[in-house]
Amino acid sequence: MAELRTETMTVNMGPQHPSTHGVLRLVLELDGEVIQSVMPTIGYLHTGIEKTAEQKKWQQVIPLVERMDYLAAQSNSLAYALAVEKLLGLEMPQRVKDIRVLIAELQRLASHLIWLGTHAMEIGAVSMLFYAIRERELLLNINELIAGFRFFPSYIRVGGLREDLPRGFHESVNAFLERFPAKIAEFEGLLTKNDIFRRRTEGVGVITAEDAMQWGLVGPIARAAGLDYDVRKYFPYLGYESYDFAVPTATEGDVYARYRVRMEELRQSVKICKQAIARITPSGVWACDDPRVVPPPKDKVYTEMEALIQHFLIYSQGFTVPAGEAYVPIEGPRGEHGTYIVSDGTNRPWRVKMRPPSFMAIQALPAVVKGGLIADVVAVIGSTDVVMGDCDR
Amino acid sequence: MTAADIINALTPLVPGAAFEAAPSVDFATVYVPADRLVDTCRALRDADALKFTTIIEITAADYFPRQPRFEVVYHLLSISRRARVRLKVLVGENGSLPTVQGVWKGAGWPEREVWDMFGIIFDGHPDLRRLLMPDDWDGHPARKDYPVQVKKGAQTYEPLEVSENEFRANIERDRVKRTH
Repeated sequence: MAELRTETMTVNMGPQHPSTHGVLRLVLELDGEVIQSVMPTIGYLHTGIEKTAEQKKWQQVIPLVERMDYLAAQSNSLAYALAVEKLLGLEMPQRVKDIRVLIAELQRLASHLIWLGTHAMEIGAVSMLFYAIRERELLLNINELIAGFRFFPSYIRVGGLREDLPRGFHESVNAFLERFPAKIAEFEGLLTKNDIFRRRTEGVGVITAEDAMQWGLVGPIARAAGLDYDVRKYFPYLGYESYDFAVPTATEGDVYARYRVRMEELRQSVKICKQAIARITPSGVWACDDPRVVPPPKDKVYTEMEALIQHFLIYSQGFTVPAGEAYVPIEGPRGEHGTYIVSDGTNRPWRVKMRPPSFMAIQALPAVVKGGLIADVVAVIGSTDVVMGDCDR
Repeated sequence: MTAADIINALTPLVPGAAFEAAPSVDFATVYVPADRLVDTCRALRDADALKFTTIIEITAADYFPRQPRFEVVYHLLSISRRARVRLKVLVGENGSLPTVQGVWKGAGWPEREVWDMFGIIFDGHPDLRRLLMPDDWDGHPARKDYPVQVKKGAQTYEPLEVSENEFRANIERDRVKRTH
């Protein structure tokens, strides 16, 4: 019999494939079902946010950066606000820090819920999406309560918060925190011991701790490989050192380990939220007292000339930030969200750069899925929790 | 770890390189000469006192019209030493840098992005193509002398034009093929 001729097949996946979390395009080279090589193409969601930010005043950048990682909007704005405050040398009152911690952790819950729903859905557990979205709806309601905007509240501002907490905030948050732990158990009941889910995820897409460091995948991906690095523990900000919480880790480094780490992170975030909401008084100080950055209270604007002038200056010219540069990392839902800003001493940023965790995760994707099956690609993308808005900016 | 500590640890490992500490508000910042960049990065990664095994990001800032106009910035993280460092390299217009992809695998895409956005060439990079912008884009958008708003028509291909005679000829040819 004549020699059988074989050749690899090239398959295009995306940019509109439903399981690529936005518009990620992968060109797969296949030998049967086995992946020979992957070439990711990104940039479909590039909107030039960093360039646009250079034209805006410092405070106006907050809504822009929230639109980068649209599932963790307030992690972006928190990292940006902390970076600008570092250059300004501002120290926030304790209540502002606690509210920011609470908001950041609620944001982590909301982001992880979308990850959980889509990841499980792509593997075949479609109903998981509805379980997760239902809980996320409550978190979006809290966003709506504090800012009137469900996705991009822009509630965290340079110099503090936009305004004080609304009436009913504590009740909504407490109601959610009471309800949610039982829901985590429900999610786990559906997936953790699910035979189909485990066969699709165990031993798939292994990333070792060494590789995670080499590829810059600091965050849940590294923690699933045994690296206990968490910005909240290693470089505490917002007083995270005063909260009692653990950093969950696993050692296998596969898709299932990343699932377990993130599920445990949900529990730890609830724990932090409960401590934070207990510390926050229903009303109180909601911004720092620096008159350069924070506009004066309205009653003073109407009665005092100086306050009126200051109000006008802040809203027309903005504030200036001392020349220099700062990189501030925070622990976002996907790993280290960092903001690098450069100021030339004027009222507009010279350069704003976000450190996107999804960008690094997609970069590592070809090395992770090589030699695996085509169905594993979907599981691996889901487990790295990439968001293309974050990747492309 | 202060910039002076890092420079003291680096100087015996990278002999002859002129490091310079820079003022910063967050963590140590060190200016590195471009020609010794790869040696420096390898020393930062491997030396026991440093162990900067993680690449956080590579980016750049354009200080036009200052000369040299670009500063390429490397943010590194040492998990075991709980330390961060910022390396800065000065690059002029049309300047180039050696790639550090041999030191950290994760440097590949950030360097591509810097090339895409600023036009700084990384010598020895195996895949220096556009990353965020389309392949046929002109210019490097993050440069300060690049206009903020550029209007560029969508890239489309010429529609396939077939005259009626060609169309008939094609059908005839196919028919002939099928009958044989």
